[in-house]
Amino acid sequence: MELLCILAIPLISAGLSIIRTSTQRMAAGASVLGTLAVFILSWRAAWGLGHGIEIPGIRGWLSCDGFSALILLLVSFVGFAAAIFSWGYMSARIHDNGGKRVRRYYRRYNLFLFSMLAVPILSQIAMVWIAVELTTLLSVFLVSFENTAEAMEAAWKYVVLTCMGAALALVGVLILYWGQSLTAGGAFTWSGLTEASPKIPPAFLKTAFLFILVGFGTKAGLAPLHTWLPDAHSQAPSPVCALLSGVETTTALYAILRLIPVMDGVSSAGSSTWLIVFGLISMGAAAFLLIQVRDYKRLFAFSTIEHMGIILVAAGLGREAAYLASTYQMMTHAVTKSFCFFAAGAVLLMTGTREISSVRGLIRTSPIAGISLMIGGLAIAGAPPFAVFLSEFSIFRAGLAEGRYGVTGLLILFIIIAFGGIMYHVNRMVFGQGQTGPAPGSLPLSCRLTLAMTVLPVILLGFYMPEPLHNLLRFAAACLGR
Amino acid sequence: MIQLNALAGGLFLLTVFGVIAVRQVIGCLRLFVIQSILLAASACILGYEFASIHLLAVAGITLGVKAILIPWLLLRVVSHAIHARREITQVLNIPTSLLVAAAITIFAYFIVQPLLGISSTAFTRINLPIGMAGLLLGAYTITVRREAFPQILGILTMENGAFFAGVSIAPNLPLIAELAAAFDVLIIALVMGLLARRIHKHVGTTLVGKIATLKEE
Repeated sequence: MELLCILAIPLISAGLSIIRTSTQRMAAGASVLGTLAVFILSWRAAWGLGHGIEIPGIRGWLSCDGFSALILLLVSFVGFAAAIFSWGYMSARIHDNGGKRVRRYYRRYNLFLFSMLAVPILSQIAMVWIAVELTTLLSVFLVSFENTAEAMEAAWKYVVLTCMGAALALVGVLILYWGQSLTAGGAFTWSGLTEASPKIPPAFLKTAFLFILVGFGTKAGLAPLHTWLPDAHSQAPSPVCALLSGVETTTALYAILRLIPVMDGVSSAGSSTWLIVFGLISMGAAAFLLIQVRDYKRLFAFSTIEHMGIILVAAGLGREAAYLASTYQMMTHAVTKSFCFFAAGAVLLMTGTREISSVRGLIRTSPIAGISLMIGGLAIAGAPPFAVFLSEFSIFRAGLAEGRYGVTGLLILFIIIAFGGIMYHVNRMVFGQGQTGPAPGSLPLSCRLTLAMTVLPVILLGFYMPEPLHNLLRFAAACLGR
Repeated sequence: MIQLNALAGGLFLLTVFGVIAVRQVIGCLRLFVIQSILLAASACILGYEFASIHLLAVAGITLGVKAILIPWLLLRVVSHAIHARREITQVLNIPTSLLVAAAITIFAYFIVQPLLGISSTAFTRINLPIGMAGLLLGAYTITVRREAFPQILGILTMENGAFFAGVSIAPNLPLIAELAAAFDVLIIALVMGLLARRIHKHVGTTLVGKIATLKEE
């Protein structure tokens, strides 16, 4: 029942945003309340799982295990925060208050959220493919929302490359189905496939795995098919960027990581090598590319590619400790990266430019945006008191315990390079000497509220992990093992 | 029946090559319609052979959505100025791109060989490699064509290729998944068509291969 409600609420909010009103309050309020309700429901689902209670859904169609609950929780949290942030951001950036554009924005926002919530809780693999494809299609016009030539170009690259990837993934899904039908196995769900996998000929699993890794990997921004990601994630409005970078990539990765237990039955060596190779290539490419960016939103977009690589490498290292570290990294990345984009949105509202070189001495002109950007930069780069540091550290430990010294060494090297790149730019923006004009006013209240709300988990999870959350991570990691 | 299916498969592959080579944008769309009809024909033949009402439904959905609804939608959404164009500049010239396409087709046969070695019927031996070739050639179309419209058709060709393989290897996929997939393809065509129209309106060109303001230095 909860799962059905989670899917229904964004649709209702989207419907409410169509209604013509004189201000944007109706659409914005419906989105904020709707996402809050979804967040509470996901929290309840995750909490129930933390105490070992399975979440009832529609048998064979909707279900929720630990891994799904984790993704669901992340999507709904970032969705809620971004809905609040949208309120202030939209009224500051779009000046036809209550007009068509704002209502259109909220309609698309809710539909996009709907598709992302559907990915983790659908259990039929064919339906998951459709949901992943829908996350692209329903967010294309959010990327091109600013209607500039650059935004259009970004949206075009986004839709062409990710649809291409989705078609490749579709063949992978069909081959998996073929393989399962040879064994006369049960339903074509994640759990059914995992049960049937030892009997499926390995050639089928390997081919399907590669198609799905490349296909959904395109959507998650893995190199060398990552070229659309910095464009789309820098041109979209900031609250949408938080969703795209924080959780949309994570849902695509979810669909790949779900195959790990399936592959473990036959040839764990083959699949984990692919994961590590793709992950390291993405990390390396992103770490070097983010040194030379000129646009601070692109900086964070490249850091997303790097983190996708880290998660993939962690998942490829194998065994419980690495799986736990990988799910932990997924959580800290989603929370921290969305905070970074909220901070970037605040900087954009305060300075009106996306160029790194024209933002200097932010700490003096608008302290809130400056401090947020500094915290975001430090946190995402993996500085000690923040959550990402702990999760990356647990990956190193898992890697060393597995005896994979080469992989762990490369991992540390790329993380240090990325750290240098991010801090070099952020430091100049926040503390640099220069002539940024005075801020055009104070930050809207809803934006300040979002920053305060999202900075909490970024800092808190670096010190203290609540018991139910830890249990949830353990359950999620258990779903990856066999 | 097998010969008929082989004929449909051969013609399907020919239309895929056509989408790569034909310069007239509207000509590409006609080829796509023929391609979708051939996909439906193959689904019909397989449905008859396996006595599966399910595949006949798939054929019906394909005909309705891909051969009628999508072309109609694309023609409506995308203005005459775009679809009446001839594409002059291609990344590769046509003979070279066809040679590369032939190589990709051979590669597609090479990929599916290990799968066919384990389990195959006469129908999968025809449909799987041709579908795989359609998929890869669709991706190749996107990289060599610079106009927005042929790129949309490249994406749709990829989906067609995937389903051409799919009707033979996964004939019993739940009908709701097939329906949702058809709906999905419809949204792809709609979204990309609308976006192409907007690009034409705001940027003034649909040579999407040439606009590159967003890049690393």
